[in-house]
Amino acid sequence: MELLYIAAALMLGLGAIGAAIGIGILGGKFLEGAARQPELVPLLRTQFFIVMGLVDAIPMIGVGLGLYVLFAVAG
Amino acid sequence: MASGTVTSSEYISHHLTNLTFGYHEKTDSWRFVNTDPANGELALPHEFGFWAVNVDTLLWSIGLGLLFMWLFRKVAKSVTSGVPGGGQNFVETIIEFVDDNVKGIFHHKNPVIAPLSLTIFVWVFLMNLMDLVPIDWVPYIFNEMGVHYMKIVPTTDVNATGGMALSVFALIVYYSIKQKGIGGFIKELSFQPLPKIFAPFNLFLEVVGLLAKPVSLALRLFGNMYAGEMIFILIALLPFWAQWVLSVPWAIFHILVITLQAFIFMVLTIVYLAMAHDDH
Repeated sequence: MELLYIAAALMLGLGAIGAAIGIGILGGKFLEGAARQPELVPLLRTQFFIVMGLVDAIPMIGVGLGLYVLFAVAG
Repeated sequence: MASGTVTSSEYISHHLTNLTFGYHEKTDSWRFVNTDPANGELALPHEFGFWAVNVDTLLWSIGLGLLFMWLFRKVAKSVTSGVPGGGQNFVETIIEFVDDNVKGIFHHKNPVIAPLSLTIFVWVFLMNLMDLVPIDWVPYIFNEMGVHYMKIVPTTDVNATGGMALSVFALIVYYSIKQKGIGGFIKELSFQPLPKIFAPFNLFLEVVGLLAKPVSLALRLFGNMYAGEMIFILIALLPFWAQWVLSVPWAIFHILVITLQAFIFMVLTIVYLAMAHDDH
């Protein structure tokens, strides 16, 4: 049963690392693009949110399953 | 929940149980799900066979679909070229937003795509919006009426999102074959990334890629909504005076998530259908 806590910690932690790197790169590039061509900001913002949703999805699923394991299965 | 003492894992799994109705093999009868021995004979969700439906998912999703159609029809009937009212402004904003996206991504001629996108966007958004209703209100009311399980967010049920993704997949295959013919579709699948000698390998790669589309579409929406619902349930386990500290920020953040996921489902549908129309 103790391994379930490790499993939940890994799911949350590794998911967070991936999402942090992904959204960090994405946000940095978005700001770079916005600084170079401010007139493209509305277009870039739409694309930014689309890609953010794509990057965000898998870690979010990991968080949901991790918390389910932590509180419903192990608790 | 009505009964006084429940452990936290019982509370969580009760909130994650759909109102399943179907053929139950152990008791050899058509019946509803029941996980609590106090309410009579047990019928756990995983014991149901293939012929089982989640009544609450169907009820809420069809209800919200009807709400969407009724609202938009009412506004369209009373549309005016003079000074528009609030309802007309609201509906026009949504339709223009969807129309801009479709025009930006989809460059072929097809009258189905824009209405389909509008339906997907508004319907998924409404289904996701049920996540913001405090999680105990509706189940409590139904519990008082004798229905012990009620999940009001249809998109936290993988059957609902999977059904929508499969419909989109059927449209992808239909329009691929309609635009390119069966031969063209197979050609596109087998001759693409590598030269023609590697056709079986190409076919394998492309078929996996094709099948991954509906799966990722369904699981992305389901996973996001499930995780959001899960966190609301966990917040509801806290003492009542501490709940708003966490649930208010999470609900505000969740407004972004539900809109974004409805938008992404719509955009990906348009992108996939545009890819199905593209001739190589």
